[in-house]
Amino acid sequence: MNEMMTLLSNYNVPAAFWVNIQLTLWSALFSLILGVILVMMRISPVGSLRGFATAFVEFFKNMPLTIIMVFMLLGAFVQLRFQFSSSFSTNFYWLAITGLSLYTSAFVCESLRSGINTVPLGQAEAARSLGLSFFQSAGLIILPQAFRGSVAPLGNTLIALLKNSTVAAAASVATETSSLMKTMIEYNASMIVAVFLIFAIGYVILIIPIGLLTTWLSNTLAVRR
Amino acid sequence: MNRLTKKIFAAVLAVVSLGALAGCGSSTVETSGPKITIGIKFDQPGVGYKEGDSYSGFDVDVARYVAKQLGYSEKQIVWKEAPSAQREALLQNGDVDFIIASYSITADRKKVVDFAGPYFVAGQDLLVRSDDKSITSAKDLNGKNLCTVSGSTSAQVIKDNFAKSVQIMELSGYAECVTALISGTVDAVTTDDIILAGLAHAKGNGLLKVLGKPFTKETYGIGVKKGDSQLVTTINAALKKMVSDGTWQKDLTKETGGTGYTPNKEWNPPTKFNAENSDETVRQ
Repeated sequence: MNEMMTLLSNYNVPAAFWVNIQLTLWSALFSLILGVILVMMRISPVGSLRGFATAFVEFFKNMPLTIIMVFMLLGAFVQLRFQFSSSFSTNFYWLAITGLSLYTSAFVCESLRSGINTVPLGQAEAARSLGLSFFQSAGLIILPQAFRGSVAPLGNTLIALLKNSTVAAAASVATETSSLMKTMIEYNASMIVAVFLIFAIGYVILIIPIGLLTTWLSNTLAVRR
Repeated sequence: MNRLTKKIFAAVLAVVSLGALAGCGSSTVETSGPKITIGIKFDQPGVGYKEGDSYSGFDVDVARYVAKQLGYSEKQIVWKEAPSAQREALLQNGDVDFIIASYSITADRKKVVDFAGPYFVAGQDLLVRSDDKSITSAKDLNGKNLCTVSGSTSAQVIKDNFAKSVQIMELSGYAECVTALISGTVDAVTTDDIILAGLAHAKGNGLLKVLGKPFTKETYGIGVKKGDSQLVTTINAALKKMVSDGTWQKDLTKETGGTGYTPNKEWNPPTKFNAENSDETVRQ
């Protein structure tokens, strides 16, 4: 316990967690937008759009995140000279968010699709017979019900995203938790267990409320059928 | 289960078990005599490096020499990777007999492991492109791009002490940093001078040079399990012999030759094997 106090006073652990939380929030926003677009494409009447969305989702869903991150850094930045900003730290931060968003959007799309599967076919048929266009029926009838049905899997995706944000270290985001943990181990070899516990407890504190909230929301929002 | 599925299942099982057998075969070759397990780095060219089945680098050379003095032949050595964060645990659990892996002796580490040595005194330095005349000291890094490996604070040391506006890129290994340096994405790589010299020797093709102005003092020791003073004494005797019979200099030249690098003469080769702590104070 004393060791943990010493470590906490010597290193700014909350700042590192804050970086992970920021990465998570930005990536959650972008992957939600991208995920909705992808799922619309997957249920659209246009075959080529369905095919593209399926390929995109399968590609990113089955790709290890570390490889995506390393590609963002060594492929997109070093080789292809793709950059958000001439400042290294800003650039790596947004490259990491891009990588996380691309990866997570595949899972958001799949979560939403599972929600869509809970919407009875009759709803779509009724929408169409009322004369609603594809966008009207998707935006007004299908997706609102799908969101309410996919709160739990979306919550799980968010939890996975928060944990995955530590992989940002592979894209040279050096201020986040796993990098700080490595540094702390390097300089405090005699307190490795305490270092480990600090980060384990930190993540548990962050993740348990998300789990409780999504369970509650899922129970409250789910469409009773 | 129909017959076809059964056949496929059997075939898969056969292939898998063959694989397992092959695995057994390769991991238990030459079980003659006792073994000594030594922890080294696998990813630092010129220091501790694994390429296929062969191991090279100055740490590996020292390990071979020490093992020989302890009565183990080359074939009796089992090499084990010792990444920075796992070194103490490997020693405490007895997974390795000793560790030679650019392991700096520090007061904090002495609380959990014992050290023999130092067998080399390194210092943080810079690796730059040979044709880059604009960087002659760490102060010249303002506005330049610097690479180091993630989890290391070497770059932060430069930012705090020499160049406030340096931009830092962290990659997973030093070899990647060298690639970025050669391609021009970064202008310098920083870590201990011997690692840089080893990189320049192994990957530089004459395009890279070590600045040669170390600004910290890192005493590299051989980590052994806490309390094994017998082993520390034996290893120290072996190190002393290695320096006096010229093998130390010969191996160092072999691993870093052709890069214009000479280790800090004031500190090397080490004469006192008293496990002196590293001095992290930054020399301006």
